Amino acid sequence: MSSRDVILGRVRRALADVPEDEAPYEAAVRRGYHRRHGRRTTAETVDLLAENLADYRALVHRTDTAGLPGLLARLLAERGSTSVLVPSGLPSGWLADQPAEQVPDAAGDTPHRLDRVDSVVTGCAVAIAETGTLVLDGAPDQGRRRITLVPDHHICVVRVPDQVVSSVPEALDRLDPSRPLTWISGPSATSDIELDRVEGVHGPRTLEVVLTREG
Amino acid sequence: MTGTFVGMPAFPSAARKALSNETLRGNLRYATHTIRAKRAGAVSELDDWAALREAGREIKDQALRHLDRYLLQMEEAVTAAGGVVHWAADADEANRIVTGLVKATGESDVVKVKSMATQEIGLNEALEAEGIHAYETDLAELIVQLGKDRPSHILVPAIHRNRGEIRDIFTREMSEWGRPAPEGLSDTPAQLAEAARLHLREKFLRAKVGISGANFMVAETGTLVVFESEGNGRMCLTLPETLISVVGIEKLVPTWRDMEVFLQTLPRSSTAERMNPYTSMWTGTRDDDGPRTFHLVLLDNGRTDTLADRVGRQALRCIRCSACLNVCPVYERAGGHAYGSVYPGPIGAILSPQLRGTASEIDASLPYASSLCGACYEVCPVAIDIPEVLVHLRERVVEGGPVVRQGAKVTLRPARGHAAERAAMRAARWAFSHPGALRAGQRLASGARRLTPRTLPGPGRAWTATRDLPALPPEPFREWWRRTRQQEAGRPAPADRGEDQQ
Repeated sequence: MSSRDVILGRVRRALADVPEDEAPYEAAVRRGYHRRHGRRTTAETVDLLAENLADYRALVHRTDTAGLPGLLARLLAERGSTSVLVPSGLPSGWLADQPAEQVPDAAGDTPHRLDRVDSVVTGCAVAIAETGTLVLDGAPDQGRRRITLVPDHHICVVRVPDQVVSSVPEALDRLDPSRPLTWISGPSATSDIELDRVEGVHGPRTLEVVLTREG
Repeated sequence: MTGTFVGMPAFPSAARKALSNETLRGNLRYATHTIRAKRAGAVSELDDWAALREAGREIKDQALRHLDRYLLQMEEAVTAAGGVVHWAADADEANRIVTGLVKATGESDVVKVKSMATQEIGLNEALEAEGIHAYETDLAELIVQLGKDRPSHILVPAIHRNRGEIRDIFTREMSEWGRPAPEGLSDTPAQLAEAARLHLREKFLRAKVGISGANFMVAETGTLVVFESEGNGRMCLTLPETLISVVGIEKLVPTWRDMEVFLQTLPRSSTAERMNPYTSMWTGTRDDDGPRTFHLVLLDNGRTDTLADRVGRQALRCIRCSACLNVCPVYERAGGHAYGSVYPGPIGAILSPQLRGTASEIDASLPYASSLCGACYEVCPVAIDIPEVLVHLRERVVEGGPVVRQGAKVTLRPARGHAAERAAMRAARWAFSHPGALRAGQRLASGARRLTPRTLPGPGRAWTATRDLPALPPEPFREWWRRTRQQEAGRPAPADRGEDQQ
């Protein structure tokens, strides 16, 4: 008998007390929790996102579509970045004003090559105000999971208010689990030494978030 | 479950030794109190916490009550998404499967993201025996591995170490494993974390095989979910060509929507944050992102035996947040090592004796490693009634009885060393069923209360060694009841005869 059969057989014997006609799953789980916490206007939701991102040591900036290229150029320059990773679907205008070398995200890239790039700029799939979280789903403006991990500086552009939701349940509604998902809340951090929080262990030590008003 | 902590003494003697270590107690007290206070703040932000906790309990219960169906659904979904599913009935089989998979890649180095399941089965040791080096990449796990030590906390495995000890370990050991610690390394957490970053980065960038566990598996979609903070998890999950995940079968949740509950309750209960810095979710493989080969090893190793116990099965709801450790007065003083298992604290006290059985001295002692104060139940985000299971397991240890071990029904004999307790219970049972004798004994004891000792002789001495013998009241309750009721009613007490003949 295969281990698969052994384990499934043990499970079924262990559950002999469970009645055949037990209520279906949807009825057995009461979802009495909130879809979101509190009432907020759209502007207040965006403010809460900014506040919670900053609380987890992300650097938050605000601009509009016209101001975005200039802001990105300034952030990269302030950082002294000479190279920037670019996902294939990043809107072409975003990096129009910055002089650093643009490295396209390519499937053949070795991790060592990614490690030599200074910064990465991406969009995002959805941002969650209540938790200060950005979710990336590998869409063309975000690229593969590794490009937002290996470089030490990540700039993530969030279109507000379209890409902002209040809560975790609202975010899950918008996401497709068949895509690789990365939830990011602040820069890489550890509290493993005497519970002192230290930013930057293996992921980017600096996370900058640009909240961009469309228009 | 393999005896990961081979040769551990039973909890009382291990705890006594830990109690005499003042550094350990200081480190633990500071850490548990800090995180406990932070957690209370993070939880209080959500006014629907009770409803989230209840939903979490029901989701996990439903997954467990129909586990066979969800396991098959998971297998189908992972396979459809390009993954390969393996089934491991015990630790040896899981280790054989993983070792074989690594060997098939031709690699002799693997990077690991912290995983309780692989610690439980002793995977690193099994790989080492086959010439494969497994590098732990979580900072705390690295400290434990370099220090040739054992983890002592679910979330913060090196909680028992302070910064000075960590600096010494890095300086002494890093060169043995790869890039040495920087010259003149200080003991600030920032510098220590930087040393770990430099040491591990060279391993991440050339790793071909990654090994992980998972916090959740979603049966409906075949998605695996890993919560972490440092990015070492993302490194292990996305850079290697082959990813092998070893996951206990109890980690299933039925639907994608269920994650909305645990994404809210796990970080707040665990690291006391609104959200941990990184969560990764992946479903099978993709040509353009992440490992090209993905293996999922579904691990039983005592879980189905635990499922067969109707009281004890609730322990399988555990999402390994470690909130119960941080509120436990026993854990705070004894530390994690005294529990002799990768699962320390209150949850370990009920999980380990169920996964491994109560045959060994340490496992038989674990249900007693508690004051039954109930704080662990209060904080548990999936409402595991740990005190209820502790009492249930104590009864099993003392009385024996039917249990399932490795899928077969067996009858346990009462554990040795509980003879005095059983004798006392037998005596009590006899006394309570013979009211005349009880009454006589109570009168005698009250009358002689000035003569009663502070400690008990014989086998009762162990009990009074750590407790005061309660003072005896001047009259037994039954006497008081009869006297006061008689006064109230203004009539004589009924004749107190005939009770012994019932």
